[in-house]
Amino acid sequence: MSTTIAMSTETKLTAKDFTSDQEVRWCPGCGDYSILKQVQTVMPELGLPRENIVFISGIGCSSRFPYYMETYGMHSIHGRATAIASGLKATRPELSVWIVTGDGDSLSIGGNHLIHLLRRNFDVNILLFNNQIYGLTKGQYSPTSPGGQVTKSTPMGAIDHPFNPLALCLGASATFIARSMDRDPVHLREILKRSHKHKGTSLLEIYQNCNVFNDGAFEIFTEKGTKKEETLFLEQGKPLIFGANSDKGIQLDGFTPRVVNVADVSPDDLWIHDERDLGKATLLVRFFDDPAKPLHLPRPFGVFYEEDRPCYEDLLKAQVEEAKTQKGEGDLDALLRGKNTWTIV
Amino acid sequence: MTTVEEKEKVVILFAGDSGDGIQLTGTQFTNTAALHGNDVSTFPNFPAEIRAPQGTLPGVSGFQLHFGSVEIFTPGDNCDVLVVMNAAALKANLRQLKRGGTIIANTDGFDAKNLRLAKYPDGVNPLKDGSLGEYRLIEVDVTKLTRNALAGSGLGTKETDRSKNMFVLGLVCWMYNRSLEPTIEFLKEQFRKRPELAEANEKVLRAGYSYGDTTETPMTRYEVKPATLAPGHYRNIMGNQATAYGLIAAAKQAGLTLFYGSYPITPASDILHELSKHKNFGVKTFQAEDEIAAITAAIGASFGGSLGVTASSGPGIALKTEAIGLAVMLELPLLIVNVQRGGPSTGLPTKTEQADLLQALYGRNGECPVPIVASRSPNDCFDAAYEAIRISVEHMTPVFFLSDGYIANGAEPWKFPAKEELPKISPRFAENKLQPGEKFLPYKRDEKLVRDWAVPGTKGLEHRVGGLEKEHETGNISYDPENHEFMVKLRAAKVEKIADHVPLQEIDHGPAKGKLLILGWGSTYGAIKTAVREAVAEGQEVAHAHLRYLNPLPKNLGELIKNYERVLIPEMNNGQLVKVIREKFLVDAQAYNKIKGMPFSAGEIKNKIYELLK
Repeated sequence: MSTTIAMSTETKLTAKDFTSDQEVRWCPGCGDYSILKQVQTVMPELGLPRENIVFISGIGCSSRFPYYMETYGMHSIHGRATAIASGLKATRPELSVWIVTGDGDSLSIGGNHLIHLLRRNFDVNILLFNNQIYGLTKGQYSPTSPGGQVTKSTPMGAIDHPFNPLALCLGASATFIARSMDRDPVHLREILKRSHKHKGTSLLEIYQNCNVFNDGAFEIFTEKGTKKEETLFLEQGKPLIFGANSDKGIQLDGFTPRVVNVADVSPDDLWIHDERDLGKATLLVRFFDDPAKPLHLPRPFGVFYEEDRPCYEDLLKAQVEEAKTQKGEGDLDALLRGKNTWTIV
Repeated sequence: MTTVEEKEKVVILFAGDSGDGIQLTGTQFTNTAALHGNDVSTFPNFPAEIRAPQGTLPGVSGFQLHFGSVEIFTPGDNCDVLVVMNAAALKANLRQLKRGGTIIANTDGFDAKNLRLAKYPDGVNPLKDGSLGEYRLIEVDVTKLTRNALAGSGLGTKETDRSKNMFVLGLVCWMYNRSLEPTIEFLKEQFRKRPELAEANEKVLRAGYSYGDTTETPMTRYEVKPATLAPGHYRNIMGNQATAYGLIAAAKQAGLTLFYGSYPITPASDILHELSKHKNFGVKTFQAEDEIAAITAAIGASFGGSLGVTASSGPGIALKTEAIGLAVMLELPLLIVNVQRGGPSTGLPTKTEQADLLQALYGRNGECPVPIVASRSPNDCFDAAYEAIRISVEHMTPVFFLSDGYIANGAEPWKFPAKEELPKISPRFAENKLQPGEKFLPYKRDEKLVRDWAVPGTKGLEHRVGGLEKEHETGNISYDPENHEFMVKLRAAKVEKIADHVPLQEIDHGPAKGKLLILGWGSTYGAIKTAVREAVAEGQEVAHAHLRYLNPLPKNLGELIKNYERVLIPEMNNGQLVKVIREKFLVDAQAYNKIKGMPFSAGEIKNKIYELLK
């Protein structure tokens, strides 16, 4: 989001200025620590007065986040951070509003508000911490848990088909979707800044390791041995290339993406990433197959898609202004009097 | 031959198919009567289906209007005049007609098909079989006369027949010697984009009026003189409209942006419709994806320093419950409007009930007190909604405002206030007055136990709020057992203290001590008032008190109740306020319940008074 607020002329803020006095209480080793650190690091670079920043969360491990940020904040109720942020942004468009949510909070109990926020395109940032498990309630499967996952509530394996969060969000007309991970701080900081810069709702899915209830869920994307083979880092205008030696690329065969050896094709024949191409984004979010199976596609990270579309709060404000132009500033006496009156003396 | 009779008050019931334009006819005649200076009270009664099967009993829509030269408090128990557009309308409403009353029947609605749909036995036509002998029956072929009036207008049969209701309205205007001008003005406004329809409807309206003048059927005209209401400027207003105006006025007087989050639901939607017309007051309406989003978006707006309001009816309020609890913890202003309807579950969407009082009082998890203000009549919605917002803003708490379907859709004259007569509302915005090194305490309270409203954008007051139990003053999360008990009692005391800042309970009518007190709340006001006035005039020792503040209750209520030997609490539920009064004051208050989706009649209350004072 790109809220323009005059840069504070006072001393430049640091990450420490965004650290509240509350003791952080996530489990040791939780991926949330890294995300918190990257957010606190990025904040001063955004040039926003601290008092104009608001973090809103729902319920879940990730939703403790606002307590640790020295900004305005609300730790609300399960699934509703998106709706609360909508009301706040509708009335205070100048604020920089950040929603912190998890896979259960945003995709299960709060699924409805998430899709409606996206279609309305409020200029807010959503940080969706996806750990594919319910952590705070101690280990039940979530709407992003892979099929068959054995958890406390699915001793015989989950029979639910999981959501593909980015495909869902793109389907709900999101104007910005991106993915990053807790274990790649440099990438995460870069994408956080991109999310902030987008005017409209930015949806950033962050793969986050829950080392207590779902340890290693994203290991294949984060660990040295497999990361290069299994991940695809998206860069605007650059070909889709991955692999330990950057030797693999993606080529489009009609609407079907295929993995090719870079050496075998001309660089012009590779898929060139274009964040503004909805058609390509629609295919890219479907790079979501089971990494354990052969011939699968690498998992993309980075900005998948961005488009410019008017924001709800701006349209709402414009209607208020238009009503004032057409009818004049509201006159309470005239409203109460109405058109037909009579007088008793 | 026409005769003229003078009448003090008249009750007319318009009835027909839900597609016959009955509500419009009733509303227009109400406005006409009000502009004439009569006191009025109305009761629209319609099916939940938009277009129930034509001609059937479930499809009957009714609009009852009580108007007079004296003060009117209810839409009337029984009607003097029954206007029926078809056989089903007669069958459904005949028992409402007084003996000797007048029936105006559209004969075209009594053909074989309509009689069969109305479930009259084969070959029976009530207009022809003498069964209506004890009434004055005026038969008019409204359909034919409407078509005649519009012959050559170029309009099709369907459009022509749609203006039948204007013929009836014209005829009734003739009967009560009322000007057609307000309706003609309305038609011009309504059909601004289709002047040919405005013209056609006006033609039919005039034809109905002329029919009264020229018909050879013996007809009576009535004179109902203007009422002697308190001096002042008046207009006609409906309940939901008055609620919307109350919200706009309160926000404006408090200097706050009104944010209205709502999801469509009967009978609350008209508040959304009304507010969305007034964006030039800075009103921001938000039709949310569901009831939960409607209230939580309003909470977000309040967190940002706006006035968050949400409205719904029972089932929608049930969905908002968790969020109301959050607002109690956050201690932010928030108004929750419940336009009650018949329950439980989907219940009776278009019928009225007062069965959500206990939901408002207790329907949340944990110890979760919320102040409650209830409106007693359509125009009272303005004052009650305004007052509910005053409490919410000045005491930093969510507040329930209870209305119901009867009030919401009913209309009455309103002595509207001027802006400068409205009470002041003072928001408690926090300013940064911290000394260097001093920490901001978001939950620090004043002597009313109210915290300040520190909104985002205020430098130096950055803080976090949430639904977890918080430590006294700092607002930090706290699981300390002592703190929790302390905070629960503190939140309760804060709400209780509101009683210090609202008026004491007064007796509406009747002696200050005596045999019987009728204690009411909400829309039973008119029926109780009428009944008690009559009973007092007839020498009965009975008084009426009507509660606006249901939580906290007025401080003197316990004393006031003890001045009477008996207390009767009429409610359109299975006994809710009565439970609260019995529990709180240990008095043997008696319940009088009606749970039929219909308001009490004054007669029912009066009979009960006589039964108890026998």
